[in-house]
Amino acid sequence: MNPEILIKNGRVIDPANGIDKKCDVLIIGDKIADIGKIKKPAQKVIDATGKLVTPGLIDIHVHFREPGDEEEETIASGSAAAVAAGFTSVVCMPNTNPPIENETDVEYIHRKARQARKTHVYTMGTMTKNREGTELAEMGFMAEAGAVGFTDDGRGVQDPAVMQRALKYADMFNVVIAQHCQDNAFAGNGVMNSGYYSTILGLPGIDPLAEEAMLWRDIQLIRKIRPGRIRYHAQHISTAGSVELIRAAQKDSLPITCEVTPHHLLLTEECCAEYDTNYKVNPPLRSAKDIEALKEAVREGLVDALVTDHAPHLQSEKELEFLTAPFGIASLECALALFVKALIEPGILDWPALIKLMTEKPAKIIGVDKGTLGVGKQADVTIIDPKNEYEIDVRKFRSKSGNCPYHGWKVTGKVERTIVGGEIRFEA
Amino acid sequence: MALKRKSKQFKWHRKHLLGLRELSVEEITYILDTARGFEQISTRSVKKAPPLRGKVVVNLFFEDSTRTRNSFALAASRLSADVIEFTKKVSAVSKGETLLDTARNMEAMGIDIIVIRHGAGGAPKLLSRNINACVINAGDGFCEHPTQGLLDVYTIRKIKGTLNGLKIAIVGDIAHSRVARSDMWAMTKLGAEVIFVGPPTLIPSTASELPVSVSYSLDEVIEKVDVINMLRIQFERLGGNPFPSVREYSHYFGLTAERMKKAKHDILVMHPGPINRGLEMESEVADGRNSVILEQVTNGLAVRMAVLFLVNQAAAIANR
Repeated sequence: MNPEILIKNGRVIDPANGIDKKCDVLIIGDKIADIGKIKKPAQKVIDATGKLVTPGLIDIHVHFREPGDEEEETIASGSAAAVAAGFTSVVCMPNTNPPIENETDVEYIHRKARQARKTHVYTMGTMTKNREGTELAEMGFMAEAGAVGFTDDGRGVQDPAVMQRALKYADMFNVVIAQHCQDNAFAGNGVMNSGYYSTILGLPGIDPLAEEAMLWRDIQLIRKIRPGRIRYHAQHISTAGSVELIRAAQKDSLPITCEVTPHHLLLTEECCAEYDTNYKVNPPLRSAKDIEALKEAVREGLVDALVTDHAPHLQSEKELEFLTAPFGIASLECALALFVKALIEPGILDWPALIKLMTEKPAKIIGVDKGTLGVGKQADVTIIDPKNEYEIDVRKFRSKSGNCPYHGWKVTGKVERTIVGGEIRFEA
Repeated sequence: MALKRKSKQFKWHRKHLLGLRELSVEEITYILDTARGFEQISTRSVKKAPPLRGKVVVNLFFEDSTRTRNSFALAASRLSADVIEFTKKVSAVSKGETLLDTARNMEAMGIDIIVIRHGAGGAPKLLSRNINACVINAGDGFCEHPTQGLLDVYTIRKIKGTLNGLKIAIVGDIAHSRVARSDMWAMTKLGAEVIFVGPPTLIPSTASELPVSVSYSLDEVIEKVDVINMLRIQFERLGGNPFPSVREYSHYFGLTAERMKKAKHDILVMHPGPINRGLEMESEVADGRNSVILEQVTNGLAVRMAVLFLVNQAAAIANR
C-alpha cells in the first residue's frame, strides 16, 4: 500500500463539492481519506503553503499516436508528459493506425497505460468502421471494454443518415458521441482559415461554415431523435457561429456539451503569415472576433471542457510546405499555463471556475467518477504553484514531439506535484 | 552602367525575391530601373555580360512552365551564370525527398541562386529560411509570381510612362491566380487603381480587404480602363465547377473584338500566357494592335536579369 500522504496548508479547490479554502488533504491508500484541519501525522507530509490543491486535471482530447505512429508519441511518452503537466486522466482519440475500433484495440491502450504507470489513460473508439463514415463501429463491445465515447476525430461523419444512425444506436449505451465538426464539402483541401490571410498567402482556406454546418446538422438530428441517455459533445469548437449554435442548443436543454483548446483562445490566423507549420492545425486558427466569442462562451458557462487536442508530429513532417505538412499542435505540457493566460489573466475565469472546466465537468462528459476530492474518491490530486513564472521550453518536453508554437512564451502557473491513485507520479 | 542612374541613397539589400507584397515602392522602382539598363544586352550582337560569371543558378521547377523557366535560364546565361535545370513533378501528397532535402542537396553542390516554382504557397519562403543560397520565387501556388508582376508593371511603365493614376482591370480566375496577386501589389504600390473582374466564384471572398475594387461585368469595366490583363483560365487549379461552361464564361468574360470596340483606343491588352485562344481572348485581339503580350515576354528577360543581378549582389555584400 502507498504511504499515507498529508498535503498541508494549501488552497484546496474542489468545485464539485463547492470547496475553496485553506486546509489539508489526507490520502490513505488510493483514496481521499479526509479534508479539513488534520492533526493526524502521516508518513509523507507535503507543505502546500501558497499552492493550489485541486482534483487531478483531466484532458479529454489527446492524440498519443499509439498504435501506428510511435515515432511521434507513445502512450508512455504522452502520459509522462501529461503527468508532468498535472493531468491524472487523459482521453486518447481513436484515429491511430490502425484506428481503435474494437474491444481488443481498447484493451491494448489500457495495457500500454498500465505499463507506463503515469496517468489514467482512457480512450474513445471510432464511431464508424475505419473512420470511413459509412458503417457503425462496434460501439457496444468497445464500451464494455472501457471506451468512454465515440468519435471519428480528425474528420467528421459526413453522411447525415449515418450520423443519425450512430446517435440512435448509441442511445442504447450510456456513452458520449463526440464529433469533429467539419463538412468536407465546405472544407475542401483547405489548410488554414479562409479569409484575408489565406487570400494573400495563396493558401486554400477552410470556411467557418465547414464547422458550423455540421454542428447545426447534428443539433437538428438530436432535436429529432429525442434522446434518452445519449450525450453529444462538440469537439474543439473554433468559430463565433459555433458558439451561437451551442448557446441556442443549451437554451433548449439539449444534451450537448462542447470543448475549446488553448490555441483557439490564444492564436489567430495571422500567425500563419510566415508559413510556420507549427500554426497549422485543424480546426484552423480563426480571427480575433472568433476568439472573443469563444472567451465569452467560456465566461457564460457554455463551454464544458478545456482540452489540448495535443497532436504531436515529427519535426521532419512539420518542415514541409504549409500546404503539405500535417495538422496539429503539441501543447499538453504547457496547457495549464496557457489556459491561465487565456482565461484567468484577462479576468474571464477565477481559479475555481478554471479548475472545474479541467476536472469535474470533463469527467462528467466522459461519464467517469473522477474530477473531485470528495472523501472516498480515488486520490487523483494536482498541486499547482499559481505564481510560478517560467518560459516554455520545447526542448524540455517529455513528449516526443516539439511542434509547439508557444516555445519561448513567458507564462504563469506551474504544476508542482501530481498524485495519481494515491501515488506521487510527478514532482517538479 | 545600369546602376549609375539610380536614386542616390537607395541600397538594394534583399538576397531573396519572394514576393511583391513585402517590397517598398522604392525597391520595386529600383528593380525596374535596373532592368532598363539590362534591356539593351539582348539587342547586342554578343548577348552576354559578365556579372554572374562563375555563379551557378538552378531552375528548381516542380510545376510545368516553358516561358518562365526559359526566361530565367536565358537571363542567367546572358549574365554569364551556369544554369542547371531541375524539373520534378510531384503531387502535394507524394512522399519521397522533401523540398528542403532537395534544396540542401543542391546547395551542397555549390549553387548560388535557386529559382523555384512550386505548387504550394510559401514554398520559396520555406527555402529562404533554411538555406544560404539566394531564392527567387518563380511562382508559388496561388500566392505570388513576383517576376511576372514586375514585368507587367515594367511593360506598362515603358509604354505609358507611369502607372500613377491608371485604371487597370485584371480579368478572370483571380482566386487561383498568383499573377493577379503580384500584379495587385505592384500596380497599387505604383499608384494604379486595380479592378478585379470575374464571376463571383472566382473572386476571393475577402476582396473587400484588398486594395482593389471588384466588378462582375467586363462590359462596364472595359470602357474605363487603360490596361486590361486577361488571366488564363487555369483548368488544373479550378476546384469544382466555378462556372457552368466555357461557352458561358467566354460570353461574359472573353475579350472579343466586339468588346474591344468599347475600349479606349490606346488600351494595353496584356496576358501572362499561355493563351487559351478563343476562350479568354479572341485571336484577333491577342494579335491586334493594342496587344503587348509579346513585349511582356521580351521585357521579362530584362526584369529577370535585373532580379538575378540584384540578389547576387546583395548576397555578395552579406557574405563579405
